[in-house]
Amino acid sequence: MTTTETPASPASAGHGEVNYLNHEYGIKSWLLTLDHKRIGILYLITTTMFFALGGLFAGLIRLELMTPEGDLFQADTYNKLFTMHGVAMIFFFLIPSVPAVLGNFVLPLMIGAKDVAFPRLNLLSWYCYITGGTLASFAIVAGGVDTGWTFYTPYSSTYSTGFVSVALMGVFINGFSSILTGVNFLTTVHKMRAPGMTWFRLPLFIWAHYATSLMMILGTPVVAITLLLVALENMFGLGIFNPELGGDPILMQHLFWFYSHPAVYIMIVPGFGVISEVIACFSRKAIFGYSFVAFSSLAIALLGFLVWGHHMFTTGQSIYAGMVFSFITFFIAVPTAVKIFNWTATMYRGSIDLKSPLMYALGFIGLFLIGGLTGTFLSTLAMDIHLHDTYFVVSHFHYVMVGGMVMAYLSGLHFWWPKMMGRMYNEAWAMTGAVLIFLGFNLTFFPQFVLGYLGMPRRYHVYPEEFQILHVASTGGATVLGLGYMVLFVCLVWSLFKGAKAGPNPWTAKGLEWEIESPPTPHNFHETPIVTSEPYAYEEEDVLLADKGSH
Amino acid sequence: MSKDFSLHPELASTFALQIDLLYFLLVAISVFFTVAIVAVIIFFVIKYRRKSDDERPKPIHGSLPLELAWSIIPFFICMGVFTLGADMFFRMYRAPADALNVYVVGKQWMWKVQHPEGKREINELHVPINTPIRLTMTSEDVIHAFSIPAFRTKRDVVPGRYNTMWFEATKVGEYDLFCAEYCGTQHSTMIGRVVVMEEQDYQNWLGGGAAGESMVEAGMRHFEQLGCATCHKSQSGGRGPTLTGVYGEPVQLASGEVVVADEAYIRESILRPTSSIVNGYQPIMPTFQGQISEETLLQLITYIKSLSEAAK
Ligand code: HEM
Ligand SMILES: [Cu+2]
Repeated sequence: MTTTETPASPASAGHGEVNYLNHEYGIKSWLLTLDHKRIGILYLITTTMFFALGGLFAGLIRLELMTPEGDLFQADTYNKLFTMHGVAMIFFFLIPSVPAVLGNFVLPLMIGAKDVAFPRLNLLSWYCYITGGTLASFAIVAGGVDTGWTFYTPYSSTYSTGFVSVALMGVFINGFSSILTGVNFLTTVHKMRAPGMTWFRLPLFIWAHYATSLMMILGTPVVAITLLLVALENMFGLGIFNPELGGDPILMQHLFWFYSHPAVYIMIVPGFGVISEVIACFSRKAIFGYSFVAFSSLAIALLGFLVWGHHMFTTGQSIYAGMVFSFITFFIAVPTAVKIFNWTATMYRGSIDLKSPLMYALGFIGLFLIGGLTGTFLSTLAMDIHLHDTYFVVSHFHYVMVGGMVMAYLSGLHFWWPKMMGRMYNEAWAMTGAVLIFLGFNLTFFPQFVLGYLGMPRRYHVYPEEFQILHVASTGGATVLGLGYMVLFVCLVWSLFKGAKAGPNPWTAKGLEWEIESPPTPHNFHETPIVTSEPYAYEEEDVLLADKGSH
Repeated sequence: MSKDFSLHPELASTFALQIDLLYFLLVAISVFFTVAIVAVIIFFVIKYRRKSDDERPKPIHGSLPLELAWSIIPFFICMGVFTLGADMFFRMYRAPADALNVYVVGKQWMWKVQHPEGKREINELHVPINTPIRLTMTSEDVIHAFSIPAFRTKRDVVPGRYNTMWFEATKVGEYDLFCAEYCGTQHSTMIGRVVVMEEQDYQNWLGGGAAGESMVEAGMRHFEQLGCATCHKSQSGGRGPTLTGVYGEPVQLASGEVVVADEAYIRESILRPTSSIVNGYQPIMPTFQGQISEETLLQLITYIKSLSEAAK
């Protein structure tokens, strides 16, 4: 895909070679690093910790729901568990997952840059994340928060007794990490593309992160201010959302969803980017409809700001507002569908190698499809009246966020793992993990659609007996799902010690990141690469590091 | 009220069947697309599996007609579903004019219901069959939601506001009533039942027990006791405007604004009188915030409404 002026070191690089992992040692060299790759690894470790924490809470929730009575936990404990599950998973795992881990690591590599535009801000963003995460964890240990991840007023501002303000401050500070990452990516993509890397030669992963960064920068300040206002009302009795003080509780929902709807796309759009890369590589085909896939990300990013009211159809907002929000929500479903069709078409007449990254990517398509389609149930005004705040909604967003985004993240992680760590994992175990996760996920969440249609409200600690069978099925599925994550974790960690050397390009993938050593050297490229061809030029001869010299 | 497990909720209101039809339509569309796409993917994975490592398939960069087709077709499907859902929503929003009014106050963690005839109940709602019922709802504390799955309807119950919902039950029986909006510790026990009765049984039920005064009578009593009547006389000339014939009519405010005197306006005028001064009057009315309960407010409002009905 590119020509490099000087011959790079041969493919056997790595052994005894200097790379970003081994050129410096010691805790300080990590905590003060300005290297985007190391920051990506810091994020990888810390987001994984939050994922484990959130997963633990989820397990406890599912255990409680095995029986209709509230026999395992007190009501308050249960409420804290689901709140902290949501807060940990959404704010401290899913939002940073693909952008901050994979994006940080591969975005500069993909465009041929030595680092992001503002390495110091990049490190600061991780510290914001850690500070926010520590505060939120402190809130958990100190007594917990029981407002739900949505922090609806006036419950959160006036009635809840937990450590709401502390948790809010945690999420608030964490917001800056998103903003800083967004600023960094936008600037990097604008200013630091290698010569020849024109806008339409950008891999779709970059387009997706560009769209995500826009949303992060435009949306996060709104939620930050909202949460700050809730905290102020909580601490000082300021009358903003509490009607007794002359405030309006629904205003909080408007502000909250003005961010949090785009936030669901902040969570998913980077995943779209991963899927495009993986499908192209394992089908050895250029993405079908490149510009449609690229622009649909931007369309989603912009339209995503105009649909927040679809979370509020039952609040009594005006019927006309409801219509407009429903209409635009359907409108946004179209670019989403377009992506799925294009990915499918990419595989047509490809050379498909069903390796674990592709397995996860195909899992993503299936689950995200169901998630998106059930989203249209919820966008249908009259239908949502029945489904709102039931398990149907719970299932919908788990299909998109866990079935969709977490699968995309895992797909990307398996795809770039050899690049990041320089080692291969065991493919058979990776596949086992992928299959277990796919099956376990469906077993856990499909019954919840039925539960929701039956009317089972969400956030219920005890429930009528008639719902028990489905809850037991769901808990059974969660066990399989948990096992799948375990297998995956062991498989990846194992590879760090026992995995075979990966070499620069184990998948014969196209893209600048595959033309350098694995793991990359501290400065990524020995010479600034010059890009001369289109992205996903899988029909072209492989440019292997080893035969670079011949150019 | 333990029920057997089923895969489908009971149908007990005029909405239920229509919502279910919409649901089955959506399920059909979803199953179609899911099965079609998954089948195509599985087919591709098998048919085009990599047979040798030096395969270099020919690139296909896209096709405008295809892109247009798979944008436009989903778009029209979406618009169709949107229209069906919006049309139905319209009907679910607007209660028929002759609906029976019932008043609901939610609080952590119970539902308090008042019937206009004066009967009150907690965590239960008795209604006659085949009669449109309109619930006017508010909350004493946090946001709740009044949800009746068998009727396929729910609405948030928001402090400081009156939200309404309506339904017409079609089947005698007992149905689950849930609080659907998370409201704190005992959220999941803020449940109850809706009892649908034959008209005659309903009348008997209403008449049974110590029915006492109706909501209008209670409202009138409060109107006297709280001293409202000293300024708001039945003829104009009092220190405050007369309330006869006010409800539902436009009111000219001192600020120049014209507002319609609905329930929310009356509530606001009682709790925060200075926020909306009627043109030509002094801001001398005391606030009643914190002094009267949500139930008393509802009684006062029904009384003030009744003044307009009598005037017509
Ligand atoms: C075609 C795409 C989608 C459509 C049409 C759609 C539609 C909707 C609608 C209408 C609701 C509100 C339901 C209710 O509260 O009653 C909703 C809830 C939700 N959706 Fe989606 N959605 C889509 C994709 C996504 C994606 C990609 C994500 C995240 C990655 C997501 C995450 C959520 C979440 C978190 C909620 C519920 C939040 C809560 O109440 O706690 N959705 N969706
Ligand atoms: Cu949304």
